[in-house]
Amino acid sequence: MITDHLVVLQIIIPLMAAPLCVFIRNANVTWALATIISWICLVISITLMQQVMATGEIIYELGGWAAPWGIEYRVDMLNAWVLVIVTSVGAMVTPYAKSSAEKEIDNDRLYIFYAMLLLCETGLLGITVTGDAFNLFVFLEISALSTYVLISMGKDRRGLTAAYRYLIMGTLGATFYITGVGLLYMQTGSLNIADLGKLIPDVADSRTVQAALAFMTVGLCVKLALFPLHMWLPNAYAFAPSVVTVFLAATATKVAVYALVRVIFTIFGGVDILEAVQISDVLIAMAIVAMFGGSAVAIYQTNIKRMLAYSSLAQIGYMILGLSMNSVLGVSAGLVHLFNHAMMKGGLFMVMGCVVYRIGSAKLGDMAGLGKQMPVTMGAFVLGGLSLIGVPLTVGFVSKWALLQAALEKGWWPIAVLIVISSLMAVVYIWRVVEVVYFQAAPAGRVAVKEAPLMMMIPMLTLIGAAYYFGIDGTTTMDIAGRAAESLIGGLK
Amino acid sequence: MTPEQIIPWSIGLPLLGAFGIWITGKSPNLRETVTLITAAIVFILVASLFDNVSAGERPSWVFGEMLPGLSISFVVEPLGMVFAGIASFLWIITTVYTVGYMRGHHEQNQTRFYICFAVAISSALGIAFAGNMLTLFVFYEILTISTFPLVTHSGTPEAKRAGRIYLGILIGTSIALQLVAIIWTYTLTGTLDFTPGGILEGKVAPVMVSVLFALYIFGIGKAALMPFHRWLPAAMVAPTPVSALLHAVAVVKAGVFTVLKVTVYIFGIDLLQATDAGLWIAYMAATTILLASLVAIKKDNLKARLAYSTISQLSYIILGAMMASSLGILGGAMHIVMHAFGKITLFFCAGAIMVASHKTEISQMNGLGRKMPITFICFLIASLSIIGLPPFGGVWSKWYLALAAADTGQVIFVAVLMISSLLNVAYLIPIVVRAFYNDPDPETHDDHNDQDDHGHVAVATHHPSDAGGANQWKIGNLREAPIACVGALAFTAMGCFVLFFYADRIQTFLLPILEGTNG
Repeated sequence: MITDHLVVLQIIIPLMAAPLCVFIRNANVTWALATIISWICLVISITLMQQVMATGEIIYELGGWAAPWGIEYRVDMLNAWVLVIVTSVGAMVTPYAKSSAEKEIDNDRLYIFYAMLLLCETGLLGITVTGDAFNLFVFLEISALSTYVLISMGKDRRGLTAAYRYLIMGTLGATFYITGVGLLYMQTGSLNIADLGKLIPDVADSRTVQAALAFMTVGLCVKLALFPLHMWLPNAYAFAPSVVTVFLAATATKVAVYALVRVIFTIFGGVDILEAVQISDVLIAMAIVAMFGGSAVAIYQTNIKRMLAYSSLAQIGYMILGLSMNSVLGVSAGLVHLFNHAMMKGGLFMVMGCVVYRIGSAKLGDMAGLGKQMPVTMGAFVLGGLSLIGVPLTVGFVSKWALLQAALEKGWWPIAVLIVISSLMAVVYIWRVVEVVYFQAAPAGRVAVKEAPLMMMIPMLTLIGAAYYFGIDGTTTMDIAGRAAESLIGGLK
Repeated sequence: MTPEQIIPWSIGLPLLGAFGIWITGKSPNLRETVTLITAAIVFILVASLFDNVSAGERPSWVFGEMLPGLSISFVVEPLGMVFAGIASFLWIITTVYTVGYMRGHHEQNQTRFYICFAVAISSALGIAFAGNMLTLFVFYEILTISTFPLVTHSGTPEAKRAGRIYLGILIGTSIALQLVAIIWTYTLTGTLDFTPGGILEGKVAPVMVSVLFALYIFGIGKAALMPFHRWLPAAMVAPTPVSALLHAVAVVKAGVFTVLKVTVYIFGIDLLQATDAGLWIAYMAATTILLASLVAIKKDNLKARLAYSTISQLSYIILGAMMASSLGILGGAMHIVMHAFGKITLFFCAGAIMVASHKTEISQMNGLGRKMPITFICFLIASLSIIGLPPFGGVWSKWYLALAAADTGQVIFVAVLMISSLLNVAYLIPIVVRAFYNDPDPETHDDHNDQDDHGHVAVATHHPSDAGGANQWKIGNLREAPIACVGALAFTAMGCFVLFFYADRIQTFLLPILEGTNG
């Protein structure tokens, strides 16, 4: 039955489609192909989610070789959750890409763009689906290499240095990760994540294993851009073509967070590693600095894509903070924020894509008067911004509620206060934009602009709509995140 | 319709109305008809719940689950019934007034104005009927956001600055303090339902009660307890109907209403009495009452003076709640009604003066009463009600509050209430005196030289030639505001008088909220 092979099809279909794009070379055809593939991926991931909910963990042995010798793909609640996030963003991004990419990328290179987009999605899905620590590295590199290309494809030449910087940092991160995997292999002789989880408690006291943990954590923290390893992110997001920014902001860091979760709670799940080596203290401290630093720097940005990038750094802080609380509530708060942040930040970057499409700039000063000229787009910005602030009925509120509840459950008063204060900083940077857009008249030199094409508006409104739908009814997402968190934390006992 | 069905309709109908306003925005007459009809139907719906609630029923309706174990749900109880009744009733009157004001004043973007107004009313009703603290919080925040475009309506740099203060304080306090308090309550008790007698009894250490209580009370920024009161004077840049209905009734009353709800249904009077958690906040409220009154005396801009008067009067209600006695709660709840009618009348008058004579500063109003006698007589009536003199409604709520203060042995609060009444006289009555007894200033005959030289709360508008325009209603020598404005303010002034005779009805209606408490 084909349904038995869905796990592997999730990877193979986009992987095969990517080189196909290069052969086809026609921009429109490759776009259509990428769109269809991304929707197929979405259908597969939702089906997988349903299967997991109905029957529990799915294990798929690649080539029939049994783990731990062969590579296995393993999908439980957590993987399925991340798969759904990545593929739903992917399915929104490809239709959006048509107009946006035509405007911002050289048209004779569009087929490469779609190939790379598919390859990047393949990599991200692969990281999520694989049950093998080394295989994870391979997919990490697939996604990273394609990301470097994607970032540098824009017409803005600063994208090149941004991509180069990410190349250096990303390679360092991946090297750190694989070093950690090597050390673990040395000590345990296994590369299978689930198998490692069983073997590690016996050797947990050894320096080698602890060094492995350190290497893997640092490596993945580079990829997920946790302070102080975030330096690559703001420029990469700001100078990449808008559609690439949307895709990366909503998926890439989320998948890296997922990988870190796997390392901490599954590979090292047998020992309470967050407590044992006090890694949680370090992560919490970094997360809090990220929350404040990211928001504070965001306030002073004049390029709004860059502002949203710094805001992402702060939001990543929330996720890591939730995870390092090492409780079911905390981890589920972090996990639910993966999805929630993907929806709202994806939507907001899509808004900026529409703005760039029309006025060719993401600078705040150039956006004056857009409230009248692009009312729907700017309305979407306000709605998305309210979600970043965490106003009730938005997904941002659901995340904040969960995170605060987790902090208060532990009696961590100062942390709760910090969460609240940092979330209020979002009011400042969002409202700066609102004031310019609505209260300032359009600059005299600019011709009046219209709304962006419908193909861009619909995905944008869908993501913003999702940010409200799942904010009004947060039970589904909280339930899934809660079950994923329980299975992770349950691994400790 | 069953009472259960009325709840969603009364909250949803203003939203439908907002949609209707948007569609009919091109035609002002049609648009305002839609608003008026919506307001009327909403009031009828809300009023039809009255009998059920006074018979002891508590109609409820659940919208759906928002977070696991926490629903958006609604329960109608007497306190909410009173607040909803006031808000929806005064919406009708305000709409009538608004039509005259907005046209007479040549305001821009009127469609957006009516839409936001309708959304604000919808959220006020959501607050009134909220069945748990989460639901209340949701609508509380929607109310803040939906009123932001109203505050910044004129789009001037001054409005923008006011908008920042407005949003900063209201969102800031609600998220930094109130939300933390709500989640804390939830982790302690596992519920957020409004329950007679409170939900916290025995769940929280006595010392922490006052911390949690303070988080709530200061977190409810809409109640304008000092030091979080600055947003209210700032909000006065809005068109006057907004100041009248929202910043004298719906928004600020939503604040003190929330204070009462939290006091009665989350903490319970008994717990507060036992721990004295509210006492120091009561002193804060007393301070606010006096300080705000003193500031009001110094303000020359009429709307700014009224705004500080509102801050002072809101703290009466907070004081009533903080004394944690049945009489105090009743007095506070009654003051919501009494003050609503008095203050909306005063704001209507201020707007009428602005429309008819373009005057915003009290020092410019010499002899104006001779041209606008109806407006200033109504102003006097409302002032007397605010001061608390018979035969006007305001006397009863002050009476109960003073009784509560005496009853709990806090004689100092009795003194505060008395001094405050004197201060009310000092900042309200001279306006009327000046308007009737002083001779008009010769140079103020020119309607167009009334630039606001104080740089604060004044609507910056251009006055196109008003000669024979829609901004005046001329009868002989009189130059009143358009009849829609004068009619509305005369009506609410009458209300102040009528309420004097209905105080006992309101009191009987409110009594059941004290079920489940001993004192």
